[in-house]
Amino acid sequence: MTLAADPQDKFSEYAHPERLVSTDWLAANHDAEGLVVVESDEDVLLYETGHIPGSVKIDWHTELNDEVARDYIDGEGFARLMAAKGISRDSTVVLYGDKSNWWAAYTLWVFTLFGHEDVRLLDGGRDKWVAEGRPMTTDKPEITASDYPVVERNDAPVRAFLGDVLEHLGKPLIDVRSGDEYTGARTTMPAYPEEGALRGGHIPTAVSVPWARAAAEDGTFRTRAELDAIYRDEAGLQEGDEVVAYCRIGERSSHTWFVLTYLLGFGNVRNYDGSWTEWGNAVRVPIVRGSEPGEVPAAVPTASARVAR
Amino acid sequence: MTGGAVPAKLAEIIDDFQDLTEPDRLQLLLDFSRELPDLPERYGDHPELLEQVVECQSPLFLTMEIGDEPERPVHLFFSAPPEAPTTRGFAGVLLEGLDGLPAEEVLAVPDDVPDRLGLTRAITPLRMRGMAAMLGRIKRKIREAQ
Repeated sequence: MTLAADPQDKFSEYAHPERLVSTDWLAANHDAEGLVVVESDEDVLLYETGHIPGSVKIDWHTELNDEVARDYIDGEGFARLMAAKGISRDSTVVLYGDKSNWWAAYTLWVFTLFGHEDVRLLDGGRDKWVAEGRPMTTDKPEITASDYPVVERNDAPVRAFLGDVLEHLGKPLIDVRSGDEYTGARTTMPAYPEEGALRGGHIPTAVSVPWARAAAEDGTFRTRAELDAIYRDEAGLQEGDEVVAYCRIGERSSHTWFVLTYLLGFGNVRNYDGSWTEWGNAVRVPIVRGSEPGEVPAAVPTASARVAR
Repeated sequence: MTGGAVPAKLAEIIDDFQDLTEPDRLQLLLDFSRELPDLPERYGDHPELLEQVVECQSPLFLTMEIGDEPERPVHLFFSAPPEAPTTRGFAGVLLEGLDGLPAEEVLAVPDDVPDRLGLTRAITPLRMRGMAAMLGRIKRKIREAQ
């Protein structure tokens, strides 16, 4: 059973308004049957300091990733996780988190790998809910374990690997990192420590649109018109384009993936989660330094660079 | 710099963490976060006197007061927002473990102390480095004050 969409005027402008809910909607539908509210934050202890009553926590780092492979959990792991959180295959899942829903969007993207049908973001995330003085609690919810089927992960529609990106060169690429990471002045975003990329720069032809530009001051998504101005007019995306977005490890670009897919309605957007930590270190893979996107390199891709398919 | 003695108070905190299961370690870190005291007025009203530890994923500011020879006791002052409990927790551990010790003892604290809390699986490497950066910053400021 899925719940009716939030009929907010602002959302109706978006391509898929059913992917967002407002704080008003959540406050009104809080106890609706079939709804599970999930918090996913950058700070792993933030949920414990207080969360929306009844919400469960998903830690993107320890719960969504495979312990040894640089990959996500498999279908059985996902089914176990969902069961433990009280989420059924037909649950309406509303995700929210800190920092303009950056990690909540990442968690939503991972849900999409498993084809969970009804998963939405709380527009404005945790900060907006708190700023409005709405209830928070430190009580852990009582979770009734659910029965979730084992669904095989289907990466192809929304996830790009290194080899896919090499083949993609020449089609639109969006680099969502900060300006200094894009030009190669640094390999991590300001105020964040180095995370081991050998070279700084960007993927040839990638256009720079830092992820946070999609968010307004209060953490909500910008309006349809504002987003169109950024991604279509400025970055040059056109109807029917196939797009790949990337950042440093694929979390910031999940946010942009959400914007392009659900708010602007691009039908073929993939997130390259290997992102700069992989590309910036990969042997025989070309990069571009400086503020210009650069050209499609003539002599790549090489066979040896076609890995991870 | 590494391989020195862990001061008794800090060693006790490390033991406390090590005695717990992983989820309980996070709970203990949360307790440290809650107990991090507010800045005294002389700093609370003057944020420009504090220095940001930019390596932390969330805003963390610190300042220190270093006493006179020969003991040169070190006093630590931290400020981090409530939305950053992990960062606050690390600051709380360093405050409780190091505040008031002589400068030489703080300089001798092994650089890998953050790793000894047993949190590396539950907390991303990036955050662990944030705590290591706090310790590094404290040591650097002591050396600069010499």
